[in-house]
Amino acid sequence: MRFRPSPKVQAYYFDAQGQRPESELVDGKPDKSLMWNQRADLRLILLEDRLESSHSMVSVGPCYLDLTPSGRQNRQDMSTATPQPAPMEDQLIDRCLGGDHEAFYELMRPYERAVYFAAVGVLHNPADAEEVAQEAVLKAFNNLSKFRREAKFSTWLIQITINEARMRFRKDRAHLYESIDEQKTDEEGDYRPKDFADWRDIPSEELQRRELREALKRALASLDPKYREVLVLRDVEHMSIIETAQVLGISEGLVKTRLLRARLQMRDALAPGIDGSWTTGRAEFKKVRPW
Amino acid sequence: MVIEISCVEVWREISNYIDEATDPELRDRMEAHFKVCRHCSAILDGTRNVVRLIADGAEFEVPTSLSKHIYAKLDGQLGKS
Repeated sequence: MRFRPSPKVQAYYFDAQGQRPESELVDGKPDKSLMWNQRADLRLILLEDRLESSHSMVSVGPCYLDLTPSGRQNRQDMSTATPQPAPMEDQLIDRCLGGDHEAFYELMRPYERAVYFAAVGVLHNPADAEEVAQEAVLKAFNNLSKFRREAKFSTWLIQITINEARMRFRKDRAHLYESIDEQKTDEEGDYRPKDFADWRDIPSEELQRRELREALKRALASLDPKYREVLVLRDVEHMSIIETAQVLGISEGLVKTRLLRARLQMRDALAPGIDGSWTTGRAEFKKVRPW
Repeated sequence: MVIEISCVEVWREISNYIDEATDPELRDRMEAHFKVCRHCSAILDGTRNVVRLIADGAEFEVPTSLSKHIYAKLDGQLGKS
């Protein structure tokens, strides 16, 4: 089975009215400690519609899990979880096309984050990415009748977002980021991962989560956009090679080539921290130095 | 007997190896190589760590205003106040 990260299922809380309670957010994210709490008045909406193949639960599209005691039982064993009947995307699209605009809000909600990250993948500028996310959602709304349902709605939506972001990128040259490795990265050629001698020691006590975020931002910013967008779609949004190729309009082979380059460059940029302090206390990250 | 593979060949395939997208024969050759090459083994671990870290998603911030702004834009389009 292909490697998949354990926190595969991302979730936000919604109350009975479908609103996300601000109090449940920590730094704009759901407080993970609440994920397992006993509150019965909140629902989880799963943002990930593809689960590990090791899980027998099959879910297409977002689904809701309740947080009642029986719902908690389900969460503890995802393989037996039974999602409550969820509005299917097709039905939401039909409703929206029929003039029920509220249905579009419901349709969009699970993909807000994915849309934003797709835009970040191209632009790597949070403010621009947020604007592009808004534009992309609006465009999806205005063009919903053109969605032919041959691909998943999410693929179509991300494709619109990528196109919007690329247009913004081309329009605004100020956001053209130079890759630190661009000079030596010929896409056809081999990428040589850095040797250990290039790595710096960073005292563990000085590095906290905020610094890891900053390091990630810097590492992502250092990537050429064509590598960054593949990395984001594959490794952040967990799209398949085929979906990534579809969204970007490139071959599957090129997706793999760019993904390899992106991962190795990220590894070179982040290796000192991963090797040492950033992951202190997190046993899942192996030490990478052989001595 | 496993045919040897060079470091450069390993680097070319390391991403596919992490995704378990290499054929079994190539996988065996790479695994044999990792056992004897500390450099490639370290690159494998480092790259896998990066994939895990990025895939975690916890380190990526989403603006708190994102949802609000998206729907405000839609509201504007729909003529809602």
